[in-house]
Amino acid sequence: MTASKSDIRLSVQQVRKVYGAGSRNEVEAVRSLTFDLHAGEFACLVGPSGSGKTTLLKCIAGLLDPTSGEVVLDGRRVSGPAEGMAVVFQEYSRSLFPWLSVEDNVELPLKTSGVPKAERKARVKDALDAVTLSHAAKSYPWQLSGGMQQRVAIARAVASNPSVLLMDEPFAAVDAQTRGELEDLVREVWKRLDMTILFVTHDIDESVYLAERVLVLSSSPTIVQADIHIDLPDVRSQADTRSLHRFGELRHQVYEEVQFAKTNPGGERMSVRDGLPS
Amino acid sequence: MIVLKRLALWFGLPAILIAVWWAFTAQGVNFFVPKPDKLANTFVTVWFSEKFFTDVMPSMGRLLISLAVSLVLGVALGIAIGLSRTLRWLLEPLLEFIRAVPSTILIPVLLLLIGINDAMKITVIVLGCLWPILLNTIEGVRSLDEVLKNTALVYRLRGFDRIRYLVLPGASPLIMAGIRHSLAVGLILLVVSEMFASTDGIGYSIINFQNRIAIPEMWSGIFLLGIIGVLLSVVFQAIQKRVLGWYYGLKEASNDG
Repeated sequence: MTASKSDIRLSVQQVRKVYGAGSRNEVEAVRSLTFDLHAGEFACLVGPSGSGKTTLLKCIAGLLDPTSGEVVLDGRRVSGPAEGMAVVFQEYSRSLFPWLSVEDNVELPLKTSGVPKAERKARVKDALDAVTLSHAAKSYPWQLSGGMQQRVAIARAVASNPSVLLMDEPFAAVDAQTRGELEDLVREVWKRLDMTILFVTHDIDESVYLAERVLVLSSSPTIVQADIHIDLPDVRSQADTRSLHRFGELRHQVYEEVQFAKTNPGGERMSVRDGLPS
Repeated sequence: MIVLKRLALWFGLPAILIAVWWAFTAQGVNFFVPKPDKLANTFVTVWFSEKFFTDVMPSMGRLLISLAVSLVLGVALGIAIGLSRTLRWLLEPLLEFIRAVPSTILIPVLLLLIGINDAMKITVIVLGCLWPILLNTIEGVRSLDEVLKNTALVYRLRGFDRIRYLVLPGASPLIMAGIRHSLAVGLILLVVSEMFASTDGIGYSIINFQNRIAIPEMWSGIFLLGIIGVLLSVVFQAIQKRVLGWYYGLKEASNDG
């Protein structure tokens, strides 16, 4: 991918987050994070548990203010939840409104942001089609299985037509089989709608399978420890892609980085690979 | 069959109690305990008369207006207080103080301040009914799910939208529990407020019958209050089933899972 300044969607610049700054028990969760996300890119953030993944994601989503540094979305500095950013949370059952039907859940953000009714209906339908849930439009979320609920959350995020879609360990709470299906679904939606996705996970295999680029975070206080380009074929399938020799190599590479991260908080080393700008 | 069984369960115990009452009053004549048939007759002649318009309707009007005022005040204040920590700190000691004062004790004061009228009775009832709704609303707003709140933030639900689509429905199970409590309190306070310096209403009628030693008539008034209580509860449950359909479904689903 050729990177020019103009197609940068999301830019994270030296973001630092200190909890309880100035007090005696201040905790530096994120030391300094810098990376850019280009239009159409699918990147995964991987890191050992407690590496400040959630903190970082909240800073990007505008739910938390970074102590210093800035997050820029489409050229505008993020200060609070920004238009053009959608988030899929891990806790699908707690992130859908249980008093609204599936289609009403998907429609709500469009409704409150003033999208005209006809367009709204069309976008809701498209989004539900994209996650193959049109048949469940009138159901309530709690009438659906976990995997289906997370698909509703994805449809809601997609319907708002975001510049960047953030996903916070979205498949950590579903069973392995559903997980595989959802991974394929996300890649399909990503390609079909030409989206830009930042996907946070602790699962190394998942990150390699999904992304074109894997950012490995050090343990807390966090920095970007490695930025690995995933040169797997564009069309992927659970059975074939995962048995490729190259998949194994990449997986190994990411694994090594994560192992290194576990023992090196605030990692001293910064490796830039495959010519990607840092 | 299921319907028949339900009806039998519903009306079974009341029927047995009436039968027992009948058996005990059949031969013995106690002036203060009328026979069931006598009471039924009295009930019809006393209440299905113009008294329905001059006493029952005013009472029900006071009760319903008071409940509506309590609901609007309780939910509006509850949302404001629930959403603002500053307001909570500012108001909580004061609210606890006012709540601790039984509203019935204020009747003589309110008589002087407001006068002998409906406004005084409504004030007494509201001062009792407000608390269950207010406190439950505060609690409901405060216990909104963190992930759901973040979701609403991320999708930029603000101001009135946030209250309409997140806060109100999220707090509604507790608000409904508060209303249920208020119904019972309201009926009690209605009667008490009508016992003092009043010229109409069910409470006034009962006291009036008692003073005139019209014993069956007095009992029929008590009976009427019981029936109103049952009717209120039936109507309330029907509304609750509609409003909280999602909540019962959700609870059932998470019990299965």
